[in-house]
Amino acid sequence: MDKIQQDLLREVAGIHEVPEGAYSLRINGKLHGKNSSENIAIVTKEDKPGIDIYIKAGTKNESVHIPVILSQTGLKELVYNDFHIGEDADVTIVAGCGIHNGGAETSEHSGIHSFYLAKNAKCKYIEKHYGEGDGNGKNIMNPHTHVELQEGSRMEMETAQIKGVDSTIRKTTGVVMKNATLIVHEKIMTHGSQYAETEFDVELAEDGAGTHVISRSVAKGSSHQKFISRIRGNAKCSGHTECDAIIMDDATVAAIPEILAQNPEASLIHEAAIGKIAGEQLVKLMTLGLTEKEAEEEIINGFLR
Amino acid sequence: MLEFKNVSYGVGDKQILKNINLNISDRFVAITGPNGSGKSTLAKLVAGIITPTEGRIYMNGEDITDMSVTDRAKSGISFAFQQPVRFKGLTVQYLISLAAGKKTSVSEACAYLSEVGLCAKDYINREVNASLSGGELKRIEIAMINARSTALSVFDEPEAGIDLWSFNNLIKVFEKMHERTHGTIMIISHQERILNIADKIVVLAGGEVVEYGDREKVFPKLMNVQTGCKFTENF
Repeated sequence: MDKIQQDLLREVAGIHEVPEGAYSLRINGKLHGKNSSENIAIVTKEDKPGIDIYIKAGTKNESVHIPVILSQTGLKELVYNDFHIGEDADVTIVAGCGIHNGGAETSEHSGIHSFYLAKNAKCKYIEKHYGEGDGNGKNIMNPHTHVELQEGSRMEMETAQIKGVDSTIRKTTGVVMKNATLIVHEKIMTHGSQYAETEFDVELAEDGAGTHVISRSVAKGSSHQKFISRIRGNAKCSGHTECDAIIMDDATVAAIPEILAQNPEASLIHEAAIGKIAGEQLVKLMTLGLTEKEAEEEIINGFLR
Repeated sequence: MLEFKNVSYGVGDKQILKNINLNISDRFVAITGPNGSGKSTLAKLVAGIITPTEGRIYMNGEDITDMSVTDRAKSGISFAFQQPVRFKGLTVQYLISLAAGKKTSVSEACAYLSEVGLCAKDYINREVNASLSGGELKRIEIAMINARSTALSVFDEPEAGIDLWSFNNLIKVFEKMHERTHGTIMIISHQERILNIADKIVVLAGGEVVEYGDREKVFPKLMNVQTGCKFTENF
């Protein structure tokens, strides 16, 4: 691994070298290394690019790292990763994609991730997307995440795309069964002429199913963002979707929440707010001795924390 | 310490403050007066949030009229808002650190919060967002001014939203603050008990200073004011 690749790895997965325990590290379209552990098997797919991750029932407090690094300009790839999480398991999965594009061609990574959580399984999924580069080539990421949650299971997703991704269309679909819960915290910041679109479609299929889909975003420069969130309540369930965006400069933001109740016991809420940084917030921090620019940075960093 | 020379402030044709001349250097100075008399405007002029349409403001002899909010804060002016601002994502401890200008330890942050009557462990990691009540926000605002410990601290109606139990403590907070800073504390207030601890009282009415002097002289007059409105005087 060279310095650029190490830096990307640190940005998206918070690690410097190959991680301990179960992992799969993909660099420039090829598998760089992978390791299974006693309870977590990582198997390379034979029919298409990608891996299957099998987590044994009852596995507790273990983690899997599956970062992807692209440092070669013009590389385009589509990868399929399927996660099978056994009954009563409780695991953390750290994914992420970092692109360094120093050339003129477009680099693109699209990850199709599917999660199958068995009864009472718990999973925390952390995903960071990051781009950089001094060339004119664009960095594009189009992730698609599909989640199926069986009875009593719980999935918590934390996704962040803070810097350097020119275009992204992110889709997340979920089916939530009896007493299962899906929680999504998404953070996005766009600048320059970037475009970010994120679409959620969650079906609360059985009694006791619940979801919170929460997006916080900052749109700067002349960037564009579109947030679509659809929650369907088909049983005695509870769903909540929230989009909170700070808009700056000449950016545009669209928030399109949709809640569909198909059962009288479904309780669904949507909230969406878009606005600039409040003047009084800037002034307050300036009365503490910060400059206007420092105040703006603190407010944005806090908002996306 | 702080001097207003012929200061006026207006918006369009409306004059909010008219030809204010004040020299403030005492320990506690209370600014009082009816609603709409220009008290909050005066405080904002001190913090630099607005600038006078006429006249100059001096601090320790230096003309600060054209100084930015940031520079005034750095030169030793603190301002507690009448309606504190909420910040999504910023925690109480983080805001106290920003106020102190350095990373404050948990025990330091706790000391500031305890002083304003908040149980620190319940608050330091809480976001300063809509989940906090108005009274809690007011106390956190005061804790931030405490953390700054500047030569001049201006409070715009600090007692608003603070319950009766905390009121005595609030006065103790000001006294302690002065022990630390040896500076001037300006408090905009309608509260008799706050006016009672002031060394000097400024009375504003209709955008003008109608009284300024020692508490012993000004306070009794306040208890005897006419409303200045013929309509209400008939009742």
